[in-house]
Amino acid sequence: MTAIIQLDNVSYRYPIGDEWILKHVSLEIKKGSFVSIVGNNGSGKTTLCNILRGFIPHFHKGDLEGTIKLGGTDMSEYQLGQLGEKIGFVFQNPFIQISGVKDTVFDEVAYGLENLGVAEEDIYKRVEEVLSLVKIQHLREKNPFELSGGQRQRVALASIIVMDPDILVIDEPSSQLDPIGTEHVFEIIRLMKERGKTIILVEHKMDLVAEYSDELIVLDKGEVLMQGPTREVLESEIFNTANIQYPHVTEVALELQKQGVKLNFLPIRDSEITTCFKNDGGNE
Amino acid sequence: MTKLHLQDVSFTYPDGTNAVENLSLEIPSGQRVAIIGQNGAGKTTAVKLMNGLLKPTSGQVLVGEWDTKTKTTAQISSKVGYVFQNPDDQIFHNEVMSEVRFGPKNMGFDEEKTEEITNWAMELCGISEYAEENPYNMPYSTRKFVTIASVIAMDSDIIILDEPTAGQDKIGLELLGTLLAELEKLGKTVITITHDMEFVTEHFERIIVMANRRIIANDKAANIFYQHDVLEESMLKPPAVARMASLLGLPNGVLHKAELVDYLKQQLLLGGKAQ
Repeated sequence: MTAIIQLDNVSYRYPIGDEWILKHVSLEIKKGSFVSIVGNNGSGKTTLCNILRGFIPHFHKGDLEGTIKLGGTDMSEYQLGQLGEKIGFVFQNPFIQISGVKDTVFDEVAYGLENLGVAEEDIYKRVEEVLSLVKIQHLREKNPFELSGGQRQRVALASIIVMDPDILVIDEPSSQLDPIGTEHVFEIIRLMKERGKTIILVEHKMDLVAEYSDELIVLDKGEVLMQGPTREVLESEIFNTANIQYPHVTEVALELQKQGVKLNFLPIRDSEITTCFKNDGGNE
Repeated sequence: MTKLHLQDVSFTYPDGTNAVENLSLEIPSGQRVAIIGQNGAGKTTAVKLMNGLLKPTSGQVLVGEWDTKTKTTAQISSKVGYVFQNPDDQIFHNEVMSEVRFGPKNMGFDEEKTEEITNWAMELCGISEYAEENPYNMPYSTRKFVTIASVIAMDSDIIILDEPTAGQDKIGLELLGTLLAELEKLGKTVITITHDMEFVTEHFERIIVMANRRIIANDKAANIFYQHDVLEESMLKPPAVARMASLLGLPNGVLHKAELVDYLKQQLLLGGKAQ
């Protein structure tokens, strides 16, 4: 797979503040892959998202060093509008994503397409399809501001998916959702990947991260500690030093290992709990 | 010491939408309670009735001796503190310390107590080092701790946390755990709405499950996460440990990581198979 986004030795600090939020970040996102950015709060995840979607340097100024390429072309050569068509961004906080200029969920989801000048009947078709995909058809006439946090999170996701961007940057899409709703959002994201989209996700729920991601990027204090296939990263000693939550099944297995139980392999998904133990019990 | 008592409480929004129906509930002073359930089940409405932000359409909410209908929200807030789901609905100062000080000062505490309790609350919420920062320059998860600090600084007997676990990392979740333990030591009642089932099983004994605007279960964790009808009706997912235990065919009731580890270790080291 070819790289769709490449960062080479990127450092950044915001206009106010002396501290470098990102330090010497180099990474590569392959076209069509599902990559999760993990790290504790304050490690620079949201800032990295802002760079990956071109919001830095196009909107936020500040000091930016290093090179950022999108599809082989330097990010600074794109217009913000062009970036908006290629990269969709779902905000961490659904309370701020809602535009505030539309009275119904339907119009809110249609808003971006209207701005692009898409023909009216196409807008209807695309919005209806996305409302059904995200399971919010029943909310279509509701005012976005009367929705619960979880419902707003779905509307936020729908209004980005409807734009059909090549790359989706999604910052904690399920923080306000119940467990079933969360799983549903991950299923939608998986579907987007199946449609050939590149997915870049920030998420704390490691059970789901391990279940769905091809690759992980581990951030710690503004630096990339590691990037690699999900299993490789979770098995590594380096991940262990970052004090990030493991998937629950991995946590249980690591504890057993510490207490002398031998494992065939380190499980990272729930279903692997039944096969990770040696049949002889490891009691040599 | 303040007991909370809901008697057959229903609430209908002005547009006619029923938000909660026939809630009956008693929460003794000093108890830790988790409220779980799907989005839209009525959890936030239920807690807003407890602190008088909403008044019941029918039924009665008693905070200690007070019927919430006969008191102002400001009066009730001296007994029941509520931390909003969205911190941005709550924060209105441009400095963390002023935000946290506002509550206790407003409660009429003298300067010394205000100072002391403000510092204590910021310390407990891990935000002392940001005292002079603008809350809006801080990440969402830290802003949430600013709002928690400003409510616990009001020293009410009952504290309600609406989705404090949302967006928290490992460090944030551990801090919340410590906070709950501290508040329990002080005899506070803490009512927490959360979607994090692992957090629930690690930190709460008593759980209230809401579904379709009603309370459908009010019980111990072990009785809830192994009750298939309750899980199905509320569309909840069992916590990770219960999921693993059931994949392994272990007996019902295992909920804590340590229990699961002990169980597996015994089986495996004794040469038995896990399945």
